[in-house]
Amino acid sequence: MVNRIVTGAHYGLRDWLIQRLTAGVMLVFSVIAALRIAAAEPGFDGWKGVFDPAWMRVALFLFLLSVLYHAWIGVRDIYMDYVKPVSVRLALHTLTVLALVACAGGVFELVWSH
Amino acid sequence: MRFSVYRYNPDVDAKPYMQEYDIPLEPTDKMLLDALIRLKSHDDTLAFRRSCREGVCGSDAMNINGRNGLACITTVAELGDHITLRPIPGLPVIRDLIVDMTQFFRAYHSVKPYVINNDPAPETERLQSPEDRLELDGLYECILCACCSTSCPSFWWNPDKFLGPAALLQSYRFIADSRDQATNERLDDLEDPYKLFRCHSIMNCVDVCPKGLNPTRAIGKIKDIMIKRMV
Repeated sequence: MVNRIVTGAHYGLRDWLIQRLTAGVMLVFSVIAALRIAAAEPGFDGWKGVFDPAWMRVALFLFLLSVLYHAWIGVRDIYMDYVKPVSVRLALHTLTVLALVACAGGVFELVWSH
Repeated sequence: MRFSVYRYNPDVDAKPYMQEYDIPLEPTDKMLLDALIRLKSHDDTLAFRRSCREGVCGSDAMNINGRNGLACITTVAELGDHITLRPIPGLPVIRDLIVDMTQFFRAYHSVKPYVINNDPAPETERLQSPEDRLELDGLYECILCACCSTSCPSFWWNPDKFLGPAALLQSYRFIADSRDQATNERLDDLEDPYKLFRCHSIMNCVDVCPKGLNPTRAIGKIKDIMIKRMV
């Protein structure tokens, strides 16, 4: 294959924008969660109460999606800068996506299964 | 005055080294470029670029005490007793303080740095309103010295794909030009994970620009226009 420098993948803006929007979602959720946790009774029941309301479950779900997408773009950007061989980078992309999806599964198990 | 100067002549040296000089300066040697010319009168093997000696041509960009700048508009007095000079980082060294700027100009040319207008050429010039002309202030003054791009970590990591602050400033200069008709094509060309979006707003470019320009702001404005086009 000819060793040509190729650019022009026609994406970039979407990811850049989503990374900023997800940062906003994470910030808002973190403030709400911190306030609710600070106001909650210490102990299992108090903490459970923090995440029990339906709106809080929705907010946590949005927060989780935001973390995953934000982390994906951030980690992919690191690979773009430091990992040059295409095969290694593709393998790392795959592993990262699998790890992030596994983390999502872990959160579901932890928060919503009990 | 003590100098440590990066020396490398690929015809003679196996690898680069720093050479120490201790030379007396004359009272007229006010600028770093004057001191360099004085230094060259002591050692004529030292190679560096210079031309206009007043901050207009951008030839004598170099890394001065760890910071990119133009030798001709940097005063010796502000640099202390020991001056360390290296070539601007991230580009291949041809010899001593002279770098190969092919990569830099390839990025510059790729943004089509000229007005693209398919209307028939008018009898006289293409006119702009004073407001439209004002948009170009802070953009057209760039002298392409490469101080900004070669101080940008994103350019160091991906010099072949990320266009760098200088080329992106020039790209916005023509996107912002009311006489240009190729805005969509220009934005399409920048819609790429490398060319534009390797910029992480580190702002080294703003910090070192000898003309006081703000490439980060120009890059932000390109992103604003892209968002405006998308939503």
